[in-house]
Amino acid sequence: MAAPASQMLTANRLLDGAVVYWRAGGWVEAFEDGEVLTGEAEAKAALDAAKAFVAGNVVVNPYLFEVHADGVWPVKEREIVRAAGPTVRRDLGKQAGRGAQKSEVRSQKSEDLHAKNGLDDYKI
Amino acid sequence: MYRYDEFDAAFVADRVAQFRFQVERRLKGELTEDQFKPFRLMNGLYLQLHAYMLRIAIPYGTLAARQLRKLAHIARKYDKGYGHFTTRTNLQFNWIKLKDVPDILAELASVEMHCLQTSGNCVRNVTADHFAGATDEEIEDPRPLAEIIRQWSSLHPEFTFLARKFKIAVGATPHDRAALKWHDLAVEIVKNEEGRVGYKVIAGGGMGRTPYLAQVMSEWVEREDILAYLEAVLRVYNQDSRRDNIHKQRLKILVNAIGPEEMRARVAREFEEIKRLGTLQLPAEELERIRAYFAPPRFETLADDMPVGDEDFEAWKKTNLHRHRAPGYAIATISLKAIGAVPGDCTAEQMEAIADLADEFSIPEIRVSHEQNLVLPHVRQRDLPAIHARLKELGLATANAGLVTDIIACPGLDYCDLANARSIPIAQKIAERFADLDRQHDIGELKIKISGCINACGHHHAGHIGILGVDKKGVEFYQLQLGGSGAEDAAIGEIMGPGFGEHEITGAVERVIEAYLKLRAPGERFLDTYRRVGMEPFKNMAYLEQLYAAH
Repeated sequence: MAAPASQMLTANRLLDGAVVYWRAGGWVEAFEDGEVLTGEAEAKAALDAAKAFVAGNVVVNPYLFEVHADGVWPVKEREIVRAAGPTVRRDLGKQAGRGAQKSEVRSQKSEDLHAKNGLDDYKI
Repeated sequence: MYRYDEFDAAFVADRVAQFRFQVERRLKGELTEDQFKPFRLMNGLYLQLHAYMLRIAIPYGTLAARQLRKLAHIARKYDKGYGHFTTRTNLQFNWIKLKDVPDILAELASVEMHCLQTSGNCVRNVTADHFAGATDEEIEDPRPLAEIIRQWSSLHPEFTFLARKFKIAVGATPHDRAALKWHDLAVEIVKNEEGRVGYKVIAGGGMGRTPYLAQVMSEWVEREDILAYLEAVLRVYNQDSRRDNIHKQRLKILVNAIGPEEMRARVAREFEEIKRLGTLQLPAEELERIRAYFAPPRFETLADDMPVGDEDFEAWKKTNLHRHRAPGYAIATISLKAIGAVPGDCTAEQMEAIADLADEFSIPEIRVSHEQNLVLPHVRQRDLPAIHARLKELGLATANAGLVTDIIACPGLDYCDLANARSIPIAQKIAERFADLDRQHDIGELKIKISGCINACGHHHAGHIGILGVDKKGVEFYQLQLGGSGAEDAAIGEIMGPGFGEHEITGAVERVIEAYLKLRAPGERFLDTYRRVGMEPFKNMAYLEQLYAAH
């Protein structure tokens, strides 16, 4: 299976568990500041470089995840929640202070997907 | 309630110091994450979606007011001002920093609390009826035995590295409020024909990927033999369970693989061996010593005289009060399921206010139920209006205990690393749909339980209506199950069929409930009607929109 075109690299900071994103050889807290990695080679290089931060006890469990080609938003819901915060507490997490914009984008995405899937999925 | 003696206090203090050292070594890199992870799990510390999550043990759901105040303080100082009460009557904080955990554990130790064995492959928190010691339905208070089991299972050298987690519950009433049959091991306090008290032991229950109900291991175990018997069950489990496939490592898998008869035989052999060696007895004096900690409070001599109040108070009385063993008293449930709120969440301010209420109006004890509500176990009936008024100010007077909006939900994909779908928003939407109290009373007892993944922390298998969130091609879908129960009539819910999308599930649940209202015979709860008519009518109604669209 071919690697997806766009990925980002994330991990949790050891000291406080905060979600962080890879950028230019280091880590940033905001998803939108993270580096979009294009192609398998670039992604692998970042993941390899991240291992030094694991060995250096800065982060734990770095892994790659898919983002949409324009890099604006993650593909998987889990990463959307990690990037923003709990959808049921918009006042908490990274989304606090930058409004509920991203969460509205996620709801729209869900609507689009449902409309696309239609009712064909239900077999009685 | 149980108070630490010098041994307990030293034990917990030691563990705090030990974990402090382990964290220090981890941060310096002297321990890798792989080496450190088992230690942090044994102290209840998970790494979740947003931060570390700390799970604090609340043994058999019993809290002193000062302990609840300490939890409020920790919420404020080290977290984001709130905690979440779980389906195993523990408390979780969602925004914890690793570097703070040793200090948090030290603060907990100062009020005789800890996080030991709230995670990992060991015996977990021992749970019991949240009305224990207050209800007139029990043969005796189950908590002394729960406390003895807790002590026996804490850092038990043989059972610290089990194949998987192990959950124990203790019950003492005909109506089971502790979901005994859903546990790996449960002890039911019973009386024989002579009127003597002993124990019935069941084992092999569990939720998750493959739900099972527990099977009887022994109809009668003598009091002094109970620890030897439990030890026998654990030994058989420890020795004979699988360790090759994480999904097959619970006791329920073993019991169902070899059959309950063979399991009973193996336990009996082990039990006889332990008795022959005479190494593990529960002396009557020890049981009495522990029981003394749970001596009932001195109740005033009162007569039943339930006050009358306004509409809100009357509604609250109807659902949130339970009969107390002492005349003139009541057991009051504090619902943590306000319409639109996050089920089981409680702010620091609310915790402190509830502690104040317990101090002022009750014996200063609070209970946590596995249904994610709190309980004031001993309140005078005449104080109920004042208590209700205070709860109302706090947003804690929702009159919905046991009704359709009293929903159990796991944290789900909003918080949990394991989740496939969000559960809390579904609970909120359903609660909002059914907010009208008259409608809720018309529906009557209906337990909805929602899990965000197959691990079933929301206990969806035991829901009258159970909802399981799944990930279907990157989109949240919700599968319905009907007919589950966590009570003495325990049953595993039956899966209805294909799932519903996030925007469809509330409507589907509503149609299922409408089907019940159309079909029910007088006096039938949802569960009773389901058991009488089966899945078909509910399924037809649930998929009605899809039927119309297809045609």
